[in-house]
Amino acid sequence: MAKKRKIATCSLAGCFGCHMSLLDIDERIIALLDLAEFDRSPINDIKEIRGMVDIGLIEGGVCNVENVHLLHHFREHCRVLVSVGECAITGGIPSMRNSLSLKACLEESYIRGVGVENAHIPDDPELPLLLDKVRPLHEVVHIDYRVPGCPPSADALWHVLSALVAGRDPHLPPALLKYD
Amino acid sequence: MISSETKKTFRLDGKEIPFREGQTVFDAAMAAGVYIPHLCHNPDFEPHSSCRLCTVIVNGRPFASCTQPAVAGQDVKSDTPELNEMRRTLTEMLFAEGNHYCPACEKSGNCRLQATAYALGLQDNQFPQFFPRREVDSSHPDIIFDRDRCILCGLCLRISRDVDKKSVFAMTDRGIGTTIVVDSPSGLLADSKVARTDEAVQHCPVGALMMKGEAYMVPIGRRRYDLRPINEDSVAEFQAREEALHG
Repeated sequence: MAKKRKIATCSLAGCFGCHMSLLDIDERIIALLDLAEFDRSPINDIKEIRGMVDIGLIEGGVCNVENVHLLHHFREHCRVLVSVGECAITGGIPSMRNSLSLKACLEESYIRGVGVENAHIPDDPELPLLLDKVRPLHEVVHIDYRVPGCPPSADALWHVLSALVAGRDPHLPPALLKYD
Repeated sequence: MISSETKKTFRLDGKEIPFREGQTVFDAAMAAGVYIPHLCHNPDFEPHSSCRLCTVIVNGRPFASCTQPAVAGQDVKSDTPELNEMRRTLTEMLFAEGNHYCPACEKSGNCRLQATAYALGLQDNQFPQFFPRREVDSSHPDIIFDRDRCILCGLCLRISRDVDKKSVFAMTDRGIGTTIVVDSPSGLLADSKVARTDEAVQHCPVGALMMKGEAYMVPIGRRRYDLRPINEDSVAEFQAREEALHG
């Protein structure tokens, strides 16, 4: 039997909707597990990639310093890196803050927001520093493939994953290509 | 009996396409059922040839098919890997230059930019995003104008000038600084002559000019290009128009 492909996944500035969609492949995950195994992923709660993996799936754009580090960690450890969903590909909904300054966003949320008590901008050193703008992944590291959608449908993710596991080009057919 | 004029043909991707005298390559191709991707062109109005998506190779040279007159015996290429790659790249640049948040845009499913990208199989986004911050004009009681979604197709300008006879819209500045301005003392739509019933505000291919009070009346998934991809929809619409105009 051929060696199983390793898959790692993570969510940066995303909503985990793309991961939910991945779980929506339902029983096909059993067929997938015959061909591949999950390395670091929120699905199995492994925190770090061990060695090299074949396919990295990343949901969400880059909005803070921790996202930048995790994205570089994935690029260094994934032979093929895939942007999954609109936030990873374009910055998506979180990047709608880009038309405002970071200061204005923080003040709106933590100083002037409706119902705010003990108004101050959170400054706990545990909190990752925010970037001035939310960026799509390809502006930080090289990205090999993209799966658009908000989220991509389970069928689109299955199509891309099964193609990558088999070593094929993961081009989506028209029926599965959606940006919303 | 078919007149000698209607027998004239040119070759498009190896297929003989008949045309009438004065027809463009684009019009003849669409009438014959061949889709040529396009964004700034609407066959009901004067062509503009600015988006360059409809570029075809005529006798070895590139031309915008929406303004290129059909000539008997021409050899035209449109559906080639090179031209389709160029069209995808142009479309990608349009997405990168504006704020096109499909998941949060009311135009999704009715948007010609989105639908054309689907028809071209655009699955990439290789350019840095501009994240522009252009002025949104929500002053008008019926119309909202979001310049961050504008692709500068010029349709609103042409239609307001040629059909509504109001010239409400114009382009200003050049290159990447080009933007649409409104003819009114304040520069706002509310102070202009534009009205909800104007043709100019009905044909925006993207979500730049939108009507207030109509959001989500048709749910996502049941919109125009959800039901029929733009390559089929455009050809069917064009052929129905030809039938009505020329029988």
